[in-house]
Amino acid sequence: MTGQRALGFGLLVAALLSPWFFYPVFLMTALCFALFACAFNLLLGYVGLMSFGHAMFFGVAGYCFGHVVKAWGMPPELGLLAGVAGAALLGAVTGALAIRRQGIYFAMITLAFAQMIYFICVQVPWTGGEDGLQGIARKPLLFGLVPTKDDRVLYYVVLAIFLFGYGAIYRFIHSPFGQVLKAIRDNEQRAVSLGYEADRYKLLAFVLSAGLAGLAGATKAMVLQFATLTDVSAGMSGEVVLMALVGGLGTIIGPVVGAFIIVTMQNYLASFGEFVLVIQGSIFVVIVMAFRKGLVGEISDRWKAWRSAG
Amino acid sequence: MLDADTIDLLNRIASQSTLGLINGAFYAILSMGLAVIFGMLNVINFTHGAQYMMGAFAAWLMLTELNIPFWAALVLSPLIVGLFGVVLEKLLLKRIYHLDHLYGFLLTFGLALVIEGLFQWRWGSSGAPYPSPISGGINLGYMYIPTYRGFVVVAALVICLATWYGIERTRLGGYLRAATENPTLVRAFGINVPRLITLTYGLGVALAALAGVLAAPIQQVSAVMGTNLVLTVFAVVVIGGMGSIMGSIVTGFGLGMLEGMTKVVYPPASNTVIFVVMAIVLLVKPAGLFGQTK
Amino acid sequence: MVEPLLKVEGLQAWYGESHILHGVGFEIGRGELVTLLGRNGAGKTTTLKSVLGIVTKRSGSVRFDGGETVGRPSDEIARLGLAYCPEERGIFSSLNVEENLLLPPQVKPGGMSLAEIYQLFPNLQERRRSQGTKLSGGEQQMLAIGRILRTGANLLLLDEPTEGLAPVIVQRIGEIIRQLKARGLTILLVEQNFHFAVAVADRHYIMEDGRIVDTMTAANVRQNLGKLQAHLGV
Repeated sequence: MTGQRALGFGLLVAALLSPWFFYPVFLMTALCFALFACAFNLLLGYVGLMSFGHAMFFGVAGYCFGHVVKAWGMPPELGLLAGVAGAALLGAVTGALAIRRQGIYFAMITLAFAQMIYFICVQVPWTGGEDGLQGIARKPLLFGLVPTKDDRVLYYVVLAIFLFGYGAIYRFIHSPFGQVLKAIRDNEQRAVSLGYEADRYKLLAFVLSAGLAGLAGATKAMVLQFATLTDVSAGMSGEVVLMALVGGLGTIIGPVVGAFIIVTMQNYLASFGEFVLVIQGSIFVVIVMAFRKGLVGEISDRWKAWRSAG
Repeated sequence: MLDADTIDLLNRIASQSTLGLINGAFYAILSMGLAVIFGMLNVINFTHGAQYMMGAFAAWLMLTELNIPFWAALVLSPLIVGLFGVVLEKLLLKRIYHLDHLYGFLLTFGLALVIEGLFQWRWGSSGAPYPSPISGGINLGYMYIPTYRGFVVVAALVICLATWYGIERTRLGGYLRAATENPTLVRAFGINVPRLITLTYGLGVALAALAGVLAAPIQQVSAVMGTNLVLTVFAVVVIGGMGSIMGSIVTGFGLGMLEGMTKVVYPPASNTVIFVVMAIVLLVKPAGLFGQTK
Repeated sequence: MVEPLLKVEGLQAWYGESHILHGVGFEIGRGELVTLLGRNGAGKTTTLKSVLGIVTKRSGSVRFDGGETVGRPSDEIARLGLAYCPEERGIFSSLNVEENLLLPPQVKPGGMSLAEIYQLFPNLQERRRSQGTKLSGGEQQMLAIGRILRTGANLLLLDEPTEGLAPVIVQRIGEIIRQLKARGLTILLVEQNFHFAVAVADRHYIMEDGRIVDTMTAANVRQNLGKLQAHLGV
């Protein structure tokens, strides 16, 4: 385990130093997506439910943040809180309905609800329709103590938010609650016969996942200063699935790796226009056909094989 | 006695439901294809919307490049796209049947991205018009409907009923139903089940393409015409349940009409009403209106 | 010596990782009625499924009518002239009785006509429009046997056709099996009910732990009843 601890420490040092080597806005975006992917993966990896509509939480939280900060002129802390609360509430409603079905139906239902939310976001006035909410001012945090106009300062705020979210997921998975969820995932009937109300556990995990996706979405709106329809679209729901898939479904660090890979790729491929879709789609196909464990899963398999061989 | 306002409202509801039947026709054909494919392949075919788009595009290309008329495209385009489906099945899909359903979903989602991305890259995402093959209109008493749109509703009904008949009343359909239940046993009777699966996928895809050709003269032919449609069709499938062909047909047409009526009563909700119905059905009858829990 | 219709040698089979058959060997001559007897879990059903290629992970040799079948998919094997009546009967609920009867394709000429099958099982004719799984257990068993008689297959693989049925129906099935044998069909019967098996079969193979451990003919089974009962644990 010391190896893992050293790796974690190294990553933390790298995270602290990186804004001096890389473009901070890129890093912040990647961190937001990493948190988003972790939130998605919490549901898939530890509850066995694949949501194909997670963009609704991500995107709606961005709108909540933008509206609270821009239209109501409130501090960004309240914006983030509103984002999390809005996403969690939406998660409670859609989750309560979606968990009535399992497997592939669950995926279709979450996808359909996300599409409904998308249509609503196109129509209601406070999202700014096709234009979205633009120019959300970056205001200082913590009663003016933290000046967020500077990208590097904001980076550390975002890193702290990410670590908070990641830590929450870690704690959740390793809590007694998380153990019950695993038991439900592995054998629902048995867990039910032991007296656990499976649906309540699933719903709570769903709400937590939605809330964290919301935290990611609101943070992204704070960083990039806008919230648009892209973030609530089915394409975004697919993108987060892709991130988790590339990194490795069900591994705790996989989605973070996947998010960094996909965000980097999009940075480089932005000039390809529509061809990005083709590349993304091809990655889906290749991973499903040949590398279902994702990058982290494959590497840790090789590592274990190498260790046991040597 | 009804006053003029009420008559006007009834008129509008009647006309919008009639127009809604056109959308319903597409929901019916597409959800039926999804259900048939799912029954045999255990795969929710996310590529369905892209294949619908390919059907429309094939017709449009045939017309503009080769001067092949609509009526020929109505046969040729599903044939070509269906063959494309056969190739996809043989190359990719058949390798993942033993995995969890989610992988089929992810694979076909990826394929949809590839196909739609390629079409957007080559032809852009703004649509191209396709001239209506039938001109003129019919006076239904309460409204005036372009003849072609009336034709689409009738044609869709015929296609749906023919598919129903083919599956529920013919020998090949019997193989299909039996193989959906117990493929191993059907194969042990000497029926080439893998070929039956390929054929089913090809037919399901051809149906989607056929819907696409029918849609071409009504909508703009564009790379993204199926992107949102397939998501709505997923909701239709959840509402109807995937247990029965007739269920898909009734649900598809019914929801189309409901959408039309919503346009009269509360227009902003017209594109979300199907999702609201889905939420209600999940509350009341989670397996779907015609579904058995599978 | 005439080549037997079915000759199984060194047949091994696996379900996933678990090794079920450890070198099964037996043979059946044309027109013979042979049983596989053994306790639960001895590998009888797996033997049938491996002969037909339903269990795909298998090795060894299964020669039917002189041709090797190991390595071929089950649909091809069936079309050589084998027909299978599974233990769980496998009646399709989405098909009515007649559709169930007509489902298995004809693989060889010389099968029974629908009319002949209805003559053999009058109940099925009465209920030909009913959903297959709405029939009683006995009727479903008749349907499961009836539908493989149309195919013209000359080797019938019957897996516990008497399981869970009332004595009068067991008796009726016994009569039918004798009639089928009289028509010249070759039958491999898996049974737990050894009284039934002893009454109809020419020869018996006894299985234990995925192997054939003993064989008896109808003539010497009476003398060996004690040994047989020891094998079967009854």
